[in-house]
Amino acid sequence: MAPPESKTSNASPKSSEKPAQRDRPWMFRTYSGHSSASASNALYRSNLAKGQTGLSVAFDLPTQTGYDSDHSLARGEVGKVGVPICHIEDMQTLFDQIPLDKMNTSMTINATAAWLLSLYIATAERQGGNKGDLRGTTQNDIIKEYLSRGTFVFPPNASMRLTSEIVSYTVDQVPNWNPMNVCSYHLQEAGATPVQEIAFSMANAISILDVVRAMPEVSDETLTRVFGRISFFLNAGIRFVEEMCKCRAMNILWEEIGRERYGITEAKMLRLRYGVQVNSLGLTEAQPENNIIRIALEALGVTLSKKARTRSLQLPAWNEALGLPRPWDQQLSLRTQQILAYETDLLEYGDLFDGSHVVEAKTTELLEAARAELQQVLDMGGAVTAIENAYMKQKLVESHTARIREIESGDLTVVGVNAYQEAVDSPLVEEGSGSILKVDENAEREQIQSLEAFRKSRSSADVKSALQNLEDAVNNGDNIMPPSIAAAKAGVTTGEWSQVLRTVFGEYRAPTGVVAAPMSHANDEVSAVRMRVDGLSEKLGRRLKILVGKPGLDGHSNGAEQIAVKARDVGMEVVYDGIRLTPQEIVQSAQDEGVHVIGLSILSGSHGVLVTDVVELLREAGMADIPVVVGGIIPEDDARKLRDAGVRRVYTPKDFDMTRIMDEIVEVVSESNGV
Amino acid sequence: MESENGVTNSGPNGSAREAAGEATALAKRVLAGERAAISQALNQVDDNRADYQERRFALLDALEAAPSGVRIGVTGAPGAGKSTLLDALVSGLRARGRSVGVLAVDPSSQRTGGALLGDRMRLSSSARDAGVFLRSLAARDQLGGLSEVTGPSLDVLSRALDFVFVETVGVGQSEAGVIDLVDSLVFVVQPAAGDLIQFMKAGILEWPDVFFVNKADLGKVATRSAAELRAGLDLGHRRDPNRLPPVLCGSARDNVGIDELIEAIDEHERYLKSTGQGEIRRDEGRVARIEQALNARYGHFGIDRLGDEAARNAAFQEFKGVSALHAIAELGRRIESRLAADDA
Repeated sequence: MAPPESKTSNASPKSSEKPAQRDRPWMFRTYSGHSSASASNALYRSNLAKGQTGLSVAFDLPTQTGYDSDHSLARGEVGKVGVPICHIEDMQTLFDQIPLDKMNTSMTINATAAWLLSLYIATAERQGGNKGDLRGTTQNDIIKEYLSRGTFVFPPNASMRLTSEIVSYTVDQVPNWNPMNVCSYHLQEAGATPVQEIAFSMANAISILDVVRAMPEVSDETLTRVFGRISFFLNAGIRFVEEMCKCRAMNILWEEIGRERYGITEAKMLRLRYGVQVNSLGLTEAQPENNIIRIALEALGVTLSKKARTRSLQLPAWNEALGLPRPWDQQLSLRTQQILAYETDLLEYGDLFDGSHVVEAKTTELLEAARAELQQVLDMGGAVTAIENAYMKQKLVESHTARIREIESGDLTVVGVNAYQEAVDSPLVEEGSGSILKVDENAEREQIQSLEAFRKSRSSADVKSALQNLEDAVNNGDNIMPPSIAAAKAGVTTGEWSQVLRTVFGEYRAPTGVVAAPMSHANDEVSAVRMRVDGLSEKLGRRLKILVGKPGLDGHSNGAEQIAVKARDVGMEVVYDGIRLTPQEIVQSAQDEGVHVIGLSILSGSHGVLVTDVVELLREAGMADIPVVVGGIIPEDDARKLRDAGVRRVYTPKDFDMTRIMDEIVEVVSESNGV
Repeated sequence: MESENGVTNSGPNGSAREAAGEATALAKRVLAGERAAISQALNQVDDNRADYQERRFALLDALEAAPSGVRIGVTGAPGAGKSTLLDALVSGLRARGRSVGVLAVDPSSQRTGGALLGDRMRLSSSARDAGVFLRSLAARDQLGGLSEVTGPSLDVLSRALDFVFVETVGVGQSEAGVIDLVDSLVFVVQPAAGDLIQFMKAGILEWPDVFFVNKADLGKVATRSAAELRAGLDLGHRRDPNRLPPVLCGSARDNVGIDELIEAIDEHERYLKSTGQGEIRRDEGRVARIEQALNARYGHFGIDRLGDEAARNAAFQEFKGVSALHAIAELGRRIESRLAADDA
């Protein structure tokens, strides 16, 4: 177990006469969950035994997007990036022997947050606990789902309503719960600069607070408590000095917004509270052991300055760019935190940077630029408008494109990727060393079987009436939480709950933001590929046309967007088909659009089933001559299988040079067309 | 979807008779609404290789006499909600059991020819069924926003489907191009955009047959825009002086006013049939397409080789029954030979 939250240092008694006062460490979490509720439960209990102090639940994509494990869109995705939770018994299994009234649980859940929180509350009550004692966080930040993560379901206004109802319910009924974790994390993953990260996340928080303030049942006093319960979820990149200044700037801006916009005066309520997951964007597939160092440095950025120290920290695993981490990989990340908190003297001092002119100047620079950017978003009508008109999305795509170009040109150094590539082979990833976690192939089938058994065991009359009550509440504008908790107890499933809301609210497809991305400056390599595209297009009779899309439920569209922009830049006509597509839809698009090549992107690990489905369907439709290339986090063993199945090229994160990828696509199309 | 097996492609320099035979077979499958055939036909009419021109003309000629579905242009300023409206229209028409095609035209780079055709993204899954065919086109080198292949693509799609929409970006030159291709033009208005006056000045309000003031959820702003528009229409010139185009209000996002819009499009279609205006429009549009294409290629100097105005008009009418693209090629050859004779 973890050492008690000691008040005195046990690290180095020799270094000072008196033991120094030590601050309490932040909360240690690891984002985890996979295969099934019982496998994830075993993992959680083992992590807690190793000294982890809070839980962070990763749900699988069907759960995040409101589908039961046996839905057609869930095929290949069940248990892949997180745990499947279809009903209350799954939730009870997930937290078996973990008393929820004593735990602090962070749940990465957004579109279906109200439902998973309802299951959580119902499970706690069945364990004999009170909902008033529950502590934790629902991410519940839909804006960034539209911008980056892609697990949105409903249109913006309906989503804002759901979020605000969770806020107004928990502030009284579950008072220690953080109902919304405003995420700048995913904005950085999508390419945001520090200024954009600050400004867009603040705009996002404002959009929710404005809705909550306008609710008739919300008084000034309630608003103060709501403000105090909004927490943030930040990213920490490798430029750790700037990242620290970013956190300091956010502190100042949040307090300013609280005072000026919402009239909050209590100092305690005005304090910015945030958790951090350090950057995954910068983790490399090449020389992956280097990531261990990157992760530790990134952790420094959000812990060094006491004034801007995170409340809880999740460190990714060093091998995330290769596939799913094993328990050992997660343990290494936890140990990194423990060394930082318990071995070093970090927690013995006040703020190390107060009075530093350098830090203050950088903080002020970020703050002023962020204020201006925030004002711009507010002037156009706020975050929801800036989603609908794609302003924020375009800005992120632009920044991300600029970053990729800097890596390609070498202006931005990434050790082991575009510099210092010469290295001995890493013993950590030798062939056959099993350096990643393999999800049990039977997990999906077993989950579906247990779901079917559960459906048979419940009272269909109870389910029917619970769903009717839910629908009535949604239509009448009543708070969604009470009927959802009742539905959880009645045995309603994730898919059934979501279907009621899908029917009332409709579904949403968000703008892609790629259309406005500026054209890159042509260097020699780009010009050479352009000439090859022109030449091939002439031989084909019309311009080379590519379909770019993401099959399955994974919504991380940044990679696909960058490929789409690059293909445009080298002169291809690009049909960008966006996210959440079935293999059937992709094949139909390819046929309708008359494309010469299909590019698929998948990060969820479900590439095996989905990509081979696409290839198979193309064959059935007589379109086998259209070549398929795939990019994603794909282990070499799987890549070989995909190539055997007919995929022409497989790209992984180590293929950072997109101009070269384009060149190869030209080659693939030339071969397929015999020209 | 049926496979393309059994269909031989006439290679380069295939005889005209071979090309015609294959074209007739493919045209038959297009008329039957076969998806693979529609796709193949669209690829063929977009094929610029000199060796494949006979095949292209043969296919379009084979489709020329077949009955056409309703062709509708959807236009409006960027951000007015054209894609969202199309999504709603497609769903609405599908619910009525009609098949729908969409041609989405996106701008492309003058410099590289590359283009991002992002609009497909906006069609919701409810609009992606077997009765919907969507193809995106890059505007290519046409500044006005329509590429030369828009007309021939529409000629293919409208023979296979009940309704075909052409969505264009921006306002201005593209209307002038699209108006020659469609039976009805729907103009999507962004309320209080402040550009109504600009449209009137630019003469754009002369063309549309139906106006749809979107985002009616904005309330008064939308009703005021509609009222201003109605007043403006009373004053201005119109393409069809006998008919005042309806001004509808609704919200594409919330699916409000879509039934009324479909009814208005149907009503205009009935009007075109009953008055004979529809046939006149298609003839005029065809002549305008031929004239504009020749003008773009050879300029006034070249067109004048076809004779005086009466002779030119006669020449434009000469190829009735042949596809517009084929007629353009034939007349182009005539102009070229006369220009060569002049030189000699």
